[in-house]
Amino acid sequence: MRYMLLMVGDETEPELGPHTTPDGEPCWMPWAREMQARGVLLVEGSQLQPASTATTVRNAGDEVLVADGPFAETKEQILGYDVIECTDLDEAIYAASRHPVALNGGVVEVRPVLASV
Amino acid sequence: MTDPEVVRGRRSHARPAAAQAAVTEAFSQEWGKIVASLIRMTGNWDLAEECTQDAFAAALTKWASDGVPDRPGAWLTTTARNRALDRLRRSKTEAAKLQEVAVLSAPGEPADRGESGVTDDRLRLMFTCCHPALTLEARVALTLRTLAGLTTGEIGRAFLVPEGTMAKRLTRAKHKIRDAGIPYRVPPAHLLPERTTGVLGVLYLLFNEGYSASAGDDLLRPDLTAEAIRLGRLLAGLMPDEPEATGLLSLMLLQDARSAARLDAGGELVSLEDQDRTRWDQAKIEEGLALLEAALRRQRAGPYQVQAAIAACHAEARLASDTDWAQIALLYRELRRFVPSPVVELNRAVAVAMADGPEAGLVLVDELAADGKLTAYYLLPATRADLLRRLGRQAEAAASYQQALELAPTEPERNYLARRLTEVGA
Repeated sequence: MRYMLLMVGDETEPELGPHTTPDGEPCWMPWAREMQARGVLLVEGSQLQPASTATTVRNAGDEVLVADGPFAETKEQILGYDVIECTDLDEAIYAASRHPVALNGGVVEVRPVLASV
Repeated sequence: MTDPEVVRGRRSHARPAAAQAAVTEAFSQEWGKIVASLIRMTGNWDLAEECTQDAFAAALTKWASDGVPDRPGAWLTTTARNRALDRLRRSKTEAAKLQEVAVLSAPGEPADRGESGVTDDRLRLMFTCCHPALTLEARVALTLRTLAGLTTGEIGRAFLVPEGTMAKRLTRAKHKIRDAGIPYRVPPAHLLPERTTGVLGVLYLLFNEGYSASAGDDLLRPDLTAEAIRLGRLLAGLMPDEPEATGLLSLMLLQDARSAARLDAGGELVSLEDQDRTRWDQAKIEEGLALLEAALRRQRAGPYQVQAAIAACHAEARLASDTDWAQIALLYRELRRFVPSPVVELNRAVAVAMADGPEAGLVLVDELAADGKLTAYYLLPATRADLLRRLGRQAEAAASYQQALELAPTEPERNYLARRLTEVGA
């Protein structure tokens, strides 16, 4: 099954942003290696620019409404995402629990991707 | 859809009594087994439930005319499976065709090996129903529906929720299992301990829901304690190597043994100390004690075994004054290792007070009160009040009873406290 892992947290926390491990590699690299070793396929994923760069768009019929900022003004923001492919929800939960955002106090929402017909 | 109430033998019927009795008996033995195996074969929870339901309805007529088959379980399983095949054949989708292949190739007596040895489908079903990605309410409802065979209406009544609301809750849970990819299996070894804890927690919640609701007056509420014990028995049988499963069954039996003595004729709560112990169910106590002994022999203690050991201390005391409170205080200390909760600490304080005198208990209770974690819990001031009363400090006792009275959640509890309050002369 294919799942999207949506990383959520306070983006002002440095450990939740882009950083390197003591070995000097990107913080997500050990996670990616572990997932690969387990047979979890990393389809794609990325960290995101901060929520201050977000733009919200609505289509009101005859008018496109564009606003500065994320869709919800909360203390926590979407920090990044990964799309993975694995056997079942238990495996996806494991992948989420090992993600650097989860290990550093953030939250990971696991959402199955709607299967293509 | 057939009427499940008919299947469960709740209505009078013109059919020969033998067929009716055999169907009712088979229902309690076979329902969960058949649903569980059909879910494994088809992956479709609704189909599995409906075809099982149909098989029981068919049994009512067929067994009445042709007699009860030698192996009712096998008859029901085959009938339910054929229904499933029929329905899959009639639907045209690719998925249905794949499911049809799975049903056809499934062995009559499922005995495939999971990672924990030979796996009963009901164990798979139990773990799937109790998956942590489902809400606790959904876990409880799914377990009662699919394993115990309660109807949606019955489950709704048990939790005081309209049938429609309960139906939505069940549907949503089944959709989540399907759409989020919750696996239908006994978890692998690395997940097994925490998931087992989850299953035990659901069963104990079910038990407590029935146990505390026994004070209510709604006779239509199904007996959740009996269902919890039945499922606990099933789980302990399916997980013979898990002493906590046996421990939970023992705990439930030992607590349930006291149920007849818990309320007096007027429906008022009777404290353990004042209960008429001749009304305790000795058969349940003996079974509970034997199970506890078997569990403890495995030397892997856990919170349910310790709680069962505490219940055993009470069960073994012929008179309240015979109770081995020093042992109970030690057991609560042990329980605290597994369940570090202030409620456990409060119970330990009560045991210490009984073993070493109210003064010693009061010290612990006051520490807990100073801690501030139990401020909304009525048993903290109620316990404090009892200890003060025993120490002859009536005025302070009255103030604490008053405080407890304001926090107590149910009528029998409030009545009990009000009586005590009068006793200390307020």
